[in-house]
Amino acid sequence: MSSLRWRVLAALGTLVLTSSLFAGSPSAKKEAESAAVVHSSDADNMRIEGEKRFHANCGRCHATPQKFPPRMMGTVLRHMRVRATITEEDRRLILLYMTQ
Amino acid sequence: MSYLLRETAPARRQRTAFSVIVPLLLLLLAPLVPAQDKGDKPIPILTGNIGTFSFVTGGQNLIDTQINPVLLVPLGDRWLIESRAEFEGQFQRPPGGGPYGGPVDKHVDYAQVDYIANPYLTVTAGRFLTPFGIFNERLYPVWIRFLQPDPLILPIRTAPSDGAMFRGGFPVSAQATMNYALYVSATSIGIDSVDSERHVGGRMGFFFPGPRLEVGGSWQKTLQDNRKNAFGFHMSWQPSKVPMSVRSEYAHAFEGSGYWIEGAYRLSQIHVWEKAMRHTEFVARGQQFFVGAIGADAEGAFGLPGANTREADFGVNYFLRDGMKGIFSYGRQFSSTGNFNQWSFGLAYRFLIPLGPTGASREAQ
Repeated sequence: MSSLRWRVLAALGTLVLTSSLFAGSPSAKKEAESAAVVHSSDADNMRIEGEKRFHANCGRCHATPQKFPPRMMGTVLRHMRVRATITEEDRRLILLYMTQ
Repeated sequence: MSYLLRETAPARRQRTAFSVIVPLLLLLLAPLVPAQDKGDKPIPILTGNIGTFSFVTGGQNLIDTQINPVLLVPLGDRWLIESRAEFEGQFQRPPGGGPYGGPVDKHVDYAQVDYIANPYLTVTAGRFLTPFGIFNERLYPVWIRFLQPDPLILPIRTAPSDGAMFRGGFPVSAQATMNYALYVSATSIGIDSVDSERHVGGRMGFFFPGPRLEVGGSWQKTLQDNRKNAFGFHMSWQPSKVPMSVRSEYAHAFEGSGYWIEGAYRLSQIHVWEKAMRHTEFVARGQQFFVGAIGADAEGAFGLPGANTREADFGVNYFLRDGMKGIFSYGRQFSSTGNFNQWSFGLAYRFLIPLGPTGASREAQ
């Protein structure tokens, strides 16, 4: 029986730790939310910047293609980095825009 | 249950610790697993274009069908193997009448290995497109170009190079980026009867993202025979408020000189039949070529006109879907050897096929 008790305690401990990691304290949750908002806002800004860079760089030669999965776009943009001599920063932002 | 009853205390503690630590470790490591399995690693792809066009030049019909597959194989974080082949059939009726027939040209435009050394430098080795001007490297594919007939000056210094190249692009200020290419060709074979050639050259351009303007210049020197210099200038402008694009090139070499300027206007700002207008583009090109000092036959060997020539072209492109467009154009060429009309119509399509798992279905889940 004591083995069962240990097992139950262990399971409960794991559950508490897991839930506390996911949920966090109310203040930690707020921080996490605000961090998420900032993060989301940053991501949005980067996507907008990526769109700008796409039109400025890629739009000089061709129309906007459809969006492809990241693994394909990664290859296409490596090719375009060489072919169109776009900068590394432009490549990163355009990749973000073209995959999200 | 019976064996649990037989379990010793140390063993119990060990197993309990194990049952707590393992889930915790998994939990802590969980965020790392998607990063490793994110599937952002580039995969090989087969892309390229297919086009079929009818060119009616001076009353003579030529059916041009071409496939240009491009293979891209990324290796690690810094390497890329890329190659483009061209299969082009040009079919005409014989002078006395009869079925269409003609040669099918097959060749490799480029087969190169790129190494991205750092944000400022990429090293390329193998056969590569010569970066003289912008049309040859960037605007040549049939799904990209505004008008299907080649510019008259395209053959000037654009034979493929066999050797090494250093290139890159980086910001020089908040308002400008610079791009450059320096290359040396140990041998160049590519234009019909023209012999192999050794040359060295470079191209530099400045791009201003604000006005979306790029200006630049090219230079090339042959390293054999007459060791002549050639140079050129290019520009590309895409105003942000108008769906228009303008680009131009000038080239001067021993074999001749000339320029072209072309523009495209997308009818997306017209509010009548909006859906159709959004997919429609008007294009135009004006160009001129001046013969060099090598004689008409040699000009022909280079693929250049044998006399001073002017040409104007107008056309319309209709984008049926992503990467697929129908084209139609009319042009007239003027030269001392005769004036003639040139009509063209056809279809261009760009394809892109993954040669590995894209991870798209996993994302959809």
